[in-house]
Amino acid sequence: MLEQLDLTQLIFGRLSWDAIPLHDPVIVATFVVVAIGGAALLGALTYYRVWGYLWKEWFTSIDHKKIGIMYMVLGLVMLLRGFADAIMMRIQQAWAFGDATGYLPPDHYDQIFTAHGVIMIFFVAMPLITGIMNYIIPLQIGARDVAFPFLNNFSFWMTASGAALVMASLFIGEFAKTGWLAYPPLSGIMESPGVGVDYYLWALQIAGVGTLLSGINLLVTIVKMRAPGMNLMKMPVFTWTSLCTNVLIVAAFPVLTAVLGMLLLDRYLGTAFFTNDLGGNVMMYINLIWIWGHPEVYILILPAFGIFSEVVSTYSGKRLFGYASMVYATVVITVLSYMVWLHHFFTMGSGASVNSFFGITTMIISIPTGAKIFNWLFTMYRGRIRFEVPMLWTIGFIITFVIGGMTGVLLAVPPADFVLHNSLFLVAHFHNVIIGGVLFGLFAGITYWYPKAFGYKLDPFWGKMSFWFWTIGFYFAFMPLYVLGLMGVTRRMSQFEEDAAMQFWFQVAAFGAFLIALGILFFIVQLVVSHRRRDQLRDTTGDPWDGRTLEWATSSPPPQYNFAFTPRVHDLDAWWQMKQHKYRRPEQGFKAIHMPKNTAAGIILAGISTVLGFALVWHMWLLAGVSFAALLAVAIGHTFNYDRDYHIPAEEVERVEAERTRMLASHV
Amino acid sequence: MSETTYTPESGDVEALEFHVTEDHHPETGTLLGFWLYLMSDCLIFACLFATYGVLGRSYAGGPTGAELFDLPLVAINTSFLLLSSITYGFAMLETQRKRVGATIGWLAVTGLLGVAFLGLELYEFAHLLNEGAGPQRSAFLTSFFALVGTHGLHVLFGIIWLVVLVVQLRKHGLIVENQRRLFCLSMFWHFLDVVWIGVFTFVYLMGVLP
Repeated sequence: MLEQLDLTQLIFGRLSWDAIPLHDPVIVATFVVVAIGGAALLGALTYYRVWGYLWKEWFTSIDHKKIGIMYMVLGLVMLLRGFADAIMMRIQQAWAFGDATGYLPPDHYDQIFTAHGVIMIFFVAMPLITGIMNYIIPLQIGARDVAFPFLNNFSFWMTASGAALVMASLFIGEFAKTGWLAYPPLSGIMESPGVGVDYYLWALQIAGVGTLLSGINLLVTIVKMRAPGMNLMKMPVFTWTSLCTNVLIVAAFPVLTAVLGMLLLDRYLGTAFFTNDLGGNVMMYINLIWIWGHPEVYILILPAFGIFSEVVSTYSGKRLFGYASMVYATVVITVLSYMVWLHHFFTMGSGASVNSFFGITTMIISIPTGAKIFNWLFTMYRGRIRFEVPMLWTIGFIITFVIGGMTGVLLAVPPADFVLHNSLFLVAHFHNVIIGGVLFGLFAGITYWYPKAFGYKLDPFWGKMSFWFWTIGFYFAFMPLYVLGLMGVTRRMSQFEEDAAMQFWFQVAAFGAFLIALGILFFIVQLVVSHRRRDQLRDTTGDPWDGRTLEWATSSPPPQYNFAFTPRVHDLDAWWQMKQHKYRRPEQGFKAIHMPKNTAAGIILAGISTVLGFALVWHMWLLAGVSFAALLAVAIGHTFNYDRDYHIPAEEVERVEAERTRMLASHV
Repeated sequence: MSETTYTPESGDVEALEFHVTEDHHPETGTLLGFWLYLMSDCLIFACLFATYGVLGRSYAGGPTGAELFDLPLVAINTSFLLLSSITYGFAMLETQRKRVGATIGWLAVTGLLGVAFLGLELYEFAHLLNEGAGPQRSAFLTSFFALVGTHGLHVLFGIIWLVVLVVQLRKHGLIVENQRRLFCLSMFWHFLDVVWIGVFTFVYLMGVLP
């Protein structure tokens, strides 16, 4: 035993210089670009001396608004990474026919499609959704922060920590080659002995802690912190859909933690949960992971539905049609989302009756969803529609999502699924609903609430450019995949035999991906142009769109304490009613406001977790032990800090509010 | 049916107040938040129970529960844990009476019972490993060790928390924050008890059935 105790191995585990993928020119080129870009960024931050500012005002901030913005930044940065993976796959598939093998070896291609899925779901869609919920919910319910402000900061950094591990896998070692849900036995230690699956597992476990805690946090915020008078049926629809999403997070993510934990035990301790021998059961993994995975789909789409509801009603100048039915539809979707998971593996052989049950429950989901679509249409009907950019995204969504929904119903029919299972038809379907639903919703939400967060609107010209390139690009990129799926092409293939008819469709799809690339580029251009034109685009009123809900009652951007006086709510469209009543905001009588203090504990704990995750991936047992002890010590140390809040003095509130009064006066 | 103008639902239009002038403080959500955390933890156990339900009879030619489990030992262990819940209850009663010393005393008894529980559990695990019935032996033992071990880790975590809380009680006394923490740990401790009753019934009692 003792002679095996090699010091190098104890410290470095299986990490060695071989882990740096120098043999792959694509990765080396990426690394050079990232290194230069990263060095330039760090250099610029140091040169302009903003580290102290970032640390004090952002990284350790527990203001829900700043944390929301940090989530958005994380999501958008990871979107670029996830999209880079996407376009690499599109180029490879359009190219690698017959003798041409393309430029990506299968080994690398497998990592790319896995990373693409993992990043897009966990580190793009989730942070963007959580970011918007974080920013908007407290404002919409008239609260000053979330229920657990420190936990909020910690959750964000845990998510960022998971993202950091995934990014590290690009340059140190490898990522999983298993597909985004890492089915065993492929992801077991026998078939995947490398570090790829371990990176995957630890990244998701760490980020999962953040997601779960943020779910609990927002749930308690909505339940406990609504302004007086705002009963459940006077809650804005976005807050309602967020409530349901957070219920789903709390009820689904523990299952992911449990099942990934079991796979970890199989890989690290040689247990027999999902092995082929010793009585293990692989289908157990697939069932459990989809019991999390299907609700996850609704975790992403429900807040997007909420955004569309807010947008439609604001830009139609009307109260939302069928508010109550919208709420009930959301709740029904929440419940049903737990009853459909088996449709992800109809072909596993459960038998006709089980398949029928899950096929039918799946089809039933289209009923509440259809009700929502009609509600949005009826809201627009006879409204004074303003075709601002968020409204364009909404209309684009309604059309695109209906197509995606219908192919979903097709896939819900078990006999049809036997033909289409694992084909590009499926890939086209879920991109159809995730891009056409979640992503369009996020863009609508970002454009809609941007002036609230930054004090100026986004430039509409570049917004429209981004919208059109995204939408047209989407159709070019994914409609061919439906065709290819019907031709029988299965997913996750990196090379094909000579077939001109088939290659044509892949080339069309690649063209579409380039249009989307321009859509992303124009979105970034929009951010830059709007920042430079911020004086023309300035929102001095706090209510640039003639909004209806409470977030528009405060200034843009809102003061740290959101509302000097807590609003009292009498109607669903609280701010609209206040405007109808010619509400005048009080200009005196301010009181000191009780607020939580910033703390560095969140970022430190998450930083140690990243080190711990990295150490576990590489079997660096010494470092793992030390960092685990450190994690425990810092966590316990933090509980000895009882000094967690302070008061913003009344004079300070008065000064900020007087500033706002001047701003409002300058507008008239 | 355009509703561009607002029509008041009821009451005098002019009398509506649109903000709260006094200092508004929403009630603390810590206990609700902790409940939600416990329910999410409960789901982790649910997954482990379900896995045990599926794999619990997959012996792969290895030993079965009937051969391995020593019911009297587990019964003693169960009584340790159930007793510790009662003593935690006594600690909470002393908290109500604002007696720090007695609270800490009962917490110490609770912690010792927890340690005794863990000690017996480790003894049982060591015994199983010695017999070659480790978690790698069969899917049954894998799911057994995962479920019982996860519960044990929770108890260990609870004991660490308890020790930290005793230090904080000695330092600051029964201030509001500490009372809240005592309450949270109380829920956590009772929750582990409930889970253990499930483990005892589902794994041990039903496990020895032929």
